[in-house]
Amino acid sequence: MPACAGEIPLAMNPEPQVVEVSLQSDLKSVEAAEELAEDVCTKAGFDDEDLHKIGMAVHESVINAIWHGNKNDASKRVWLRFQIHPDRVEIHIRDQGSGFEPGRIPDPLESENLLKSSGRGIFLIRSFVDEFRVENLKGLGTEVILVKRRNSKEKKEA
Amino acid sequence: MSMKAKTRRVDSVTVVDITGRITLGEDLTELRQLIRNLLAQGDKSILLNLADVTYIDSSGIGELVSGFTAASNQGGQLKLLNLTKKVRDLLQITKLLTVFDVYEDEARAVGSFRKATGA
Repeated sequence: MPACAGEIPLAMNPEPQVVEVSLQSDLKSVEAAEELAEDVCTKAGFDDEDLHKIGMAVHESVINAIWHGNKNDASKRVWLRFQIHPDRVEIHIRDQGSGFEPGRIPDPLESENLLKSSGRGIFLIRSFVDEFRVENLKGLGTEVILVKRRNSKEKKEA
Repeated sequence: MSMKAKTRRVDSVTVVDITGRITLGEDLTELRQLIRNLLAQGDKSILLNLADVTYIDSSGIGELVSGFTAASNQGGQLKLLNLTKKVRDLLQITKLLTVFDVYEDEARAVGSFRKATGA
């Protein structure tokens, strides 16, 4: 995996800093992606609690990209792109799958789903970031976009 | 750090001390097999000690649920001991704290099985 992009200057810069990697469709990539997310976001100034949430959202997103998107096909890739803005980080996770509709995923909190052994990944991702979007790239794969704002906890409590 | 699980007996309860990360992969398959083997050999009072679990993902949570239902379906019980804040928070937001019996004291946890089974 390529090295992380060193120190990330943030102040007063309207252009986002970008860190990009291409990953194999392999479970080893999941931990690597998570470590990179925490590394990038540490340098971007997020606190420990947010780092855990971002790391977990990336972990679950990359698992989905490998398993559900690329169907565990080793010839397919997952692309991960971090855009660091002064007020937020945007994380793009793109696979080579045919996409999905988040609205069709059953609510894992409903009583009939509570004892299911799967189906909580998207719910956890949504819980841990401020925005979650899915874009179907018309034959080119699917991109999941996660947005985590700086000090989002204070904003939510305000 | 990968996951490790060791079992020990306390009275009629099998305590499984789990350390490391409970995440998708071979470790998770081993945990599933361990719980299934305990149930198959008649050890139906299972207490998972999660004190040293540093991380759990949605697949790991699913495996805890799967173990819980497998035990229940065979007339047994699977309970949780010593949740870290991160694990507790995850079980809270997924509403699974309403499903699992959770303890912070091993003796009390072991005693709760004894009451339930009348042993």
